[in-house]
Amino acid sequence: MESNLKSPPKLTRRNYSKIIRPIFGLLVFGSILWRLYEVLIAQQAYSAEIWVRLLISGLIIGGVYALIAIGYTLVYGILFMINFAHGEIMMIGTFAGYFLFEATKSINVAAEGSPPLSFSDAYPLISVILAFLVGMTVAATAGFFLEKIAYRPLRKAPRLVPLISAIGASFFLQNAAQLLFSPQVRDYTNPQAIARGSGWSLIINGSRVVITYTGALTFILSILLMIGLYVMVQKTKLGKAMRAVASDKNTAALMGIDVDAIISRTFIISGALAGAAGVMWGLHNGLVHFFVGFLPGIKAFTAAVLGGIGNIPGAMLGGMFLGLIESLGPTALGISYQLKDVIAFVIMIVILIFRPSGILGEVLSEEKV
Amino acid sequence: MLKVTDLNVYYGAIHALKGISFDLQEGEIVTLIGANGAGKSTLLNTISGILHAKVGQVEYLGEDISNEAAQVIVQKGIVHVPEGRKIFAKMTVLENLEMGAYTVSDRQQIQDKMGAMFERFPVLRDRKKQLGGTLSGGEQQMLAMARGLMANPKLLLLDEPSMGLAPVLVEQIFDIIQDINQLGTSVLLVEQNAHMALSIADRAYVLETGNIVLEGDAADVMNDPMVISAYLGG
Repeated sequence: MESNLKSPPKLTRRNYSKIIRPIFGLLVFGSILWRLYEVLIAQQAYSAEIWVRLLISGLIIGGVYALIAIGYTLVYGILFMINFAHGEIMMIGTFAGYFLFEATKSINVAAEGSPPLSFSDAYPLISVILAFLVGMTVAATAGFFLEKIAYRPLRKAPRLVPLISAIGASFFLQNAAQLLFSPQVRDYTNPQAIARGSGWSLIINGSRVVITYTGALTFILSILLMIGLYVMVQKTKLGKAMRAVASDKNTAALMGIDVDAIISRTFIISGALAGAAGVMWGLHNGLVHFFVGFLPGIKAFTAAVLGGIGNIPGAMLGGMFLGLIESLGPTALGISYQLKDVIAFVIMIVILIFRPSGILGEVLSEEKV
Repeated sequence: MLKVTDLNVYYGAIHALKGISFDLQEGEIVTLIGANGAGKSTLLNTISGILHAKVGQVEYLGEDISNEAAQVIVQKGIVHVPEGRKIFAKMTVLENLEMGAYTVSDRQQIQDKMGAMFERFPVLRDRKKQLGGTLSGGEQQMLAMARGLMANPKLLLLDEPSMGLAPVLVEQIFDIIQDINQLGTSVLLVEQNAHMALSIADRAYVLETGNIVLEGDAADVMNDPMVISAYLGG
């Protein structure tokens, strides 16, 4: 029997998620708003200096996240893969900086007969510059070899394969660092001039708020590196070639662009930024161990997704945004500060459900998916 | 100038080109005509180094280039303007042209070349700050050709330059191809618009499912009964 009657709309999976999603969204955002109202307006539980303190720490950690997130986004933009070993590249940079500071600390530059004075305390600026140069170079080199060894042979494989290789590379690097440097947690030896915790004091409402030197350094340097990267990608021949390769590898090759060389350089640049982030992390947070790259790595990945993966300003914005939310969020919601990681990952889940393309990301075309 | 001998190209298990041989002399316009799926684009991709042949060789100016990478072939003077224009959509017109001149390191030469392109394609000058993706189809084709010419090609491979364009634009594009050729660039033109292609070409090859089935002077090919019925709608 033929029938032209349309069957009534079924509750397909698609319809189901269309109904459930807004309800879930309203619940989530509603409860967040209610909580914010309660803490901020009804109770007025915290005073201004606390907010300033949290804001400062959010900006600092946000800068670090942003630098790492750029690495995820650059690589994703060109290879459409998540470089899950990127956090380990940052860890390598942290270690490189650590050993440089250890070395400069051990050199005595005091005149004969005077009390010992280490190179890093006598020339803090030079030591810090050296540490960043070494950290960035070593991490960039690591990134270069990571691509060459773990990803290049799989260039033509299905997309899941390099992803698995990335996770493998991540484990490998963690374990290699554990074997080489032992699992112990070490203290970063900052030059005396930028000892952790020292800084400029502000008095707000009669209480002291410290802007640490290491924090200021981290924030300013990360902003400068981001500006430098942005200008590089927009204006230089290399940057334009990177964009061309990201948009279409075959056509880029037809322009005479050596696609493999551009991919290598992308990993070098990502690695250098992660290395800088690693040295900042060490200087500001003070601890280094083989696992140090994991959490910032995964947070920065969240930041890159938040901003729209593949989009460079998105990664910067996402990093800053995540740093601020993580820092202000627990207090604003009146929950324990320990829950900041939970907030970060809840944000990732919410973004993936409601706007998988991120804040600045566009909807991916079929070809890219 | 270009000599292709017994070229066999596979896509996985699909035998796309089954022993193609043809040649192109300096200064010529040679056209390859054929239906969809005949292997025209595969052939161009193999010459420009995007694909590599399993058997056979591509000889250019007496040198075997069959195994060279695409970027090396561009430096040797073969530039391929791909099917569907393949403009870098999120880069400006100016940046697209700069990418075309990627192999040129002399800044002055790039500037001069760009001036010449704006002369030839005035519409690109008006739109030079615009993103490539915002141009119309005809403008994108102009940009694709200008981008190709930025590298100073000795041999230009054009893949379906008339695709999806209004007849008046097709005329314009073909005039430009003739112009470029008269200035000394040899052209290998792949087309479905057989009539237009044959009218400007010196010689022609007809490609069918991976084989060359007919070759000769463009005028003779245009009068071939098989071509008339199959490609010229006669």
